[in-house]
Amino acid sequence: MDEVEQMLTEVAEKNREGNIRIPSGCAVCGYFSKKGRALPAIDAVDAMSYMHDRSNGLGGGFAGYGIYPDFPDHYAFHIFYDNERAREEAENFLQIRFDISNMERIPTRKVYGISGAPLIWRYFGRLQPEIEAHTELDEEEYVCQSVIHINTKIKGAYVFSSGKNMGVFKGVGFPEDVGEYYRLGDYKGYCWTAHGRYPTNTPGWWGGAHPFNILNYTIVHNGEISSYDANRRFMEIYGYKCTLLTDTEVITYIIDYLHRKRGLTLPDVAKVIAPPFWSQIERMDAPEREKLTTLRNMYASLLITGPFSIILGYTGGMMALNDRLKLRSMVAAEKGDVTYVSSEECAIRSICPEPDRIWSPAGGEPVIAELENREGGGR
Amino acid sequence: MIEYIQPEYEAVRNKDLCIKCKACVRQCANEVHIYDKERDMLYADNSKCVNCHRCVTFCPTRALKIVKTDHCFKPSANYTKEVIYDIYRQAETGGVLLSSMGTPKDYPVYWDKILINASQVTNPSIDPLREPMEIKTFLGRKPEKIEYNPDGSLKVEKFPNLELKTPVMFSAMSYGSISENAHICLARAAEELGTFYNTGEGGLHEDLYKYGANTIVQVASGRFGVHAEYLEAGRAIEIKIGQGAKPGIGGHLPGSKIGPEVSRTRMIPMGTDAISPAPHHDIYSIEDLRQLVFGLKEATDYRKPVIVKIAAVHNIAAIASGIARSGADIIAIDGMRGGTGAAPSRIRDNVGIPVELALAAVDSRLREEGIRNNVGIVAGGSVRSSADVVKAIALGADAVYIATPALLALGCHLCRSCHSGKCNWGIATQRPELVKRLDPDVGYKRLVNLVNAWSHEIMEMMGGMGINSVEALRGNRLMLRGIGLSQKELDILGIRHAGE
Repeated sequence: MDEVEQMLTEVAEKNREGNIRIPSGCAVCGYFSKKGRALPAIDAVDAMSYMHDRSNGLGGGFAGYGIYPDFPDHYAFHIFYDNERAREEAENFLQIRFDISNMERIPTRKVYGISGAPLIWRYFGRLQPEIEAHTELDEEEYVCQSVIHINTKIKGAYVFSSGKNMGVFKGVGFPEDVGEYYRLGDYKGYCWTAHGRYPTNTPGWWGGAHPFNILNYTIVHNGEISSYDANRRFMEIYGYKCTLLTDTEVITYIIDYLHRKRGLTLPDVAKVIAPPFWSQIERMDAPEREKLTTLRNMYASLLITGPFSIILGYTGGMMALNDRLKLRSMVAAEKGDVTYVSSEECAIRSICPEPDRIWSPAGGEPVIAELENREGGGR
Repeated sequence: MIEYIQPEYEAVRNKDLCIKCKACVRQCANEVHIYDKERDMLYADNSKCVNCHRCVTFCPTRALKIVKTDHCFKPSANYTKEVIYDIYRQAETGGVLLSSMGTPKDYPVYWDKILINASQVTNPSIDPLREPMEIKTFLGRKPEKIEYNPDGSLKVEKFPNLELKTPVMFSAMSYGSISENAHICLARAAEELGTFYNTGEGGLHEDLYKYGANTIVQVASGRFGVHAEYLEAGRAIEIKIGQGAKPGIGGHLPGSKIGPEVSRTRMIPMGTDAISPAPHHDIYSIEDLRQLVFGLKEATDYRKPVIVKIAAVHNIAAIASGIARSGADIIAIDGMRGGTGAAPSRIRDNVGIPVELALAAVDSRLREEGIRNNVGIVAGGSVRSSADVVKAIALGADAVYIATPALLALGCHLCRSCHSGKCNWGIATQRPELVKRLDPDVGYKRLVNLVNAWSHEIMEMMGGMGINSVEALRGNRLMLRGIGLSQKELDILGIRHAGE
């Protein structure tokens, strides 16, 4: 959509994410090959179509890992632009800081049901050595802050994917249409997560669709967390700016903070955000009780209440997690080296009719799949 | 001498119902009710009535009621009866006017202008009768760094925290200002509830040392009753800098309340006035506070959290920021509508700010400065119900302090005459014949009932919001909306207006 078209479809900006808080229901799905085989993205697109009624056409998206083998050590920035001015400004910002090896429009095709698309570009870049030498931040933190800068300071530009050898593809529409739009048939990766959105507002903004990403983390999320403002205000103490006012954004920041910055293992991250009840903790063996009490006390404000099922993607792994009361549906399955998770069993059966094992994970019990042979970093 | 002040209340007796049992005469320590033997009749000296309802409650035939007098001045919105009487009193005595309990003046009660959210459709409410609902709270400093030991266990710096089964504590009321029986009630209730009561600045009677695990011992400017065993006896130590009802001034317990036991506990001679100075004379600045905080920590081997209690005043956010960097583990904020056993009326009614605004400002400031996790925040000074508790926590408090509701539970009728020492309900008195009217077995149970009832209500409201753990309510200001508030007030509270 260029500026001329934009005038025709002026979105009521005051009702978009970041200006108001929009609850939404959703469908989520993900699969992961522990052997690191390149799985087709199109399976995720198909699976999502079976959960069509869990979305309402106001947002769909996908995240793939291991999809850019030609640029494994480059940050792959996927950026939405409202206009060319925003693009120029963001590209200037990037080029000062990154050696950009490749930049292009992300290939798309015209699809019935997808309209109002922004300009969508991607860049493969490495942090310039002199920047790295001079910054007081570590490299990841510097990149993270650069993304936050573009998203908050450059009007009309929004970085929606910023990891290495991974990418997010999302937009306003039903997930299967969004998949078609981005020509996901052309992509393969060891992990895919997908999301279909059912927001309770009318205008849709492309940046507001899921997955939500920062660095290598992606989150797809179904639910509405009642602890939102407690979580948000805690994260803002640590310099995270929750500009979208969405659950997904704050959950991503929580995981980034606990996992990347504080170094907690993912099972422990799960224990912070969906901990056992005190009554359960009291019955545990002393070391475990001690540990959980410490975590719950220390990160009390990062406990998430209200319904959620999330799938976290990260370099070399995938974690699915339900809220501690399991107020949202989530099913997991295994077949060979592939782990599947989904809001509904039908989506898994559509791409894997006969799994070896299929189960419904308990609330607060994470399902974690990681590469058996982990190369290329990631914790 | 001409008496300018006329009775404010009238004890009205229904002669048809009165059986002349004289219970009212026996019950009233103010000697309002008088039996005239010759005429065989009962009458009342209304000038002595403080409207405490003791006689009304104990009248077996319900023959008594207390009414506000309709005796009046020419109406004036400016020179009201209260204003005129205060001037008469001062003209007569030349003294500072004294009052008790919280200010009766019509200041905004922000609690009542804040509304709580509930879930509908997009996320489910949670039924506390069917699902776990957690209100356990830890109060104190949280560590910043976390590491793993080689065996996978966590390596974190430990700070002493208070563990509360419910986020409601009893705030400071000294032995002396209230009776020993009242203290026993508070101590036993705190123990049964898994929460804490606070000694106030009057020391701790030895008989109550056994409740030490649920006791916060206070160190105030007078240092009454402070010694090594006292500090050791409590679970936490509170440095009292100020009190919401009387910011900027010290305390005054009249000599008439200092009997043998109070004298021994406070370590002062019997019958002398116990006057605590306005400032701590070893704290003239924030760096001095730090020294006292660490002095107390050294004295107790860093095993007990240190609370710093301050009155809510204009610059509270900056003051709290200083305290959060002083080594204190918990900040207690006491709002201007809070109660007192005795305070100069002009100060009680005019100095300080409401706790709601102070709490919101402090929580916001500490977050902006990245030091919110250095301290727990306790809000007090007119928390009147479970709804106030929920609102306080959503504004950012970790827990609340209550005192007036606790006294009400013990039978207080808010006659605001504590400073007279003649409390008919055996609470704010040291007269043995009055103290024994408060039965600790009954009183403690009423306190337990009150707090349990509040806890249930807190759980109901949390469940309605779809929150099943109090941690997720803390600072969750999105769960609040203002009603009838100006934009400035909303900004300070950090909440939106209803409908937004």
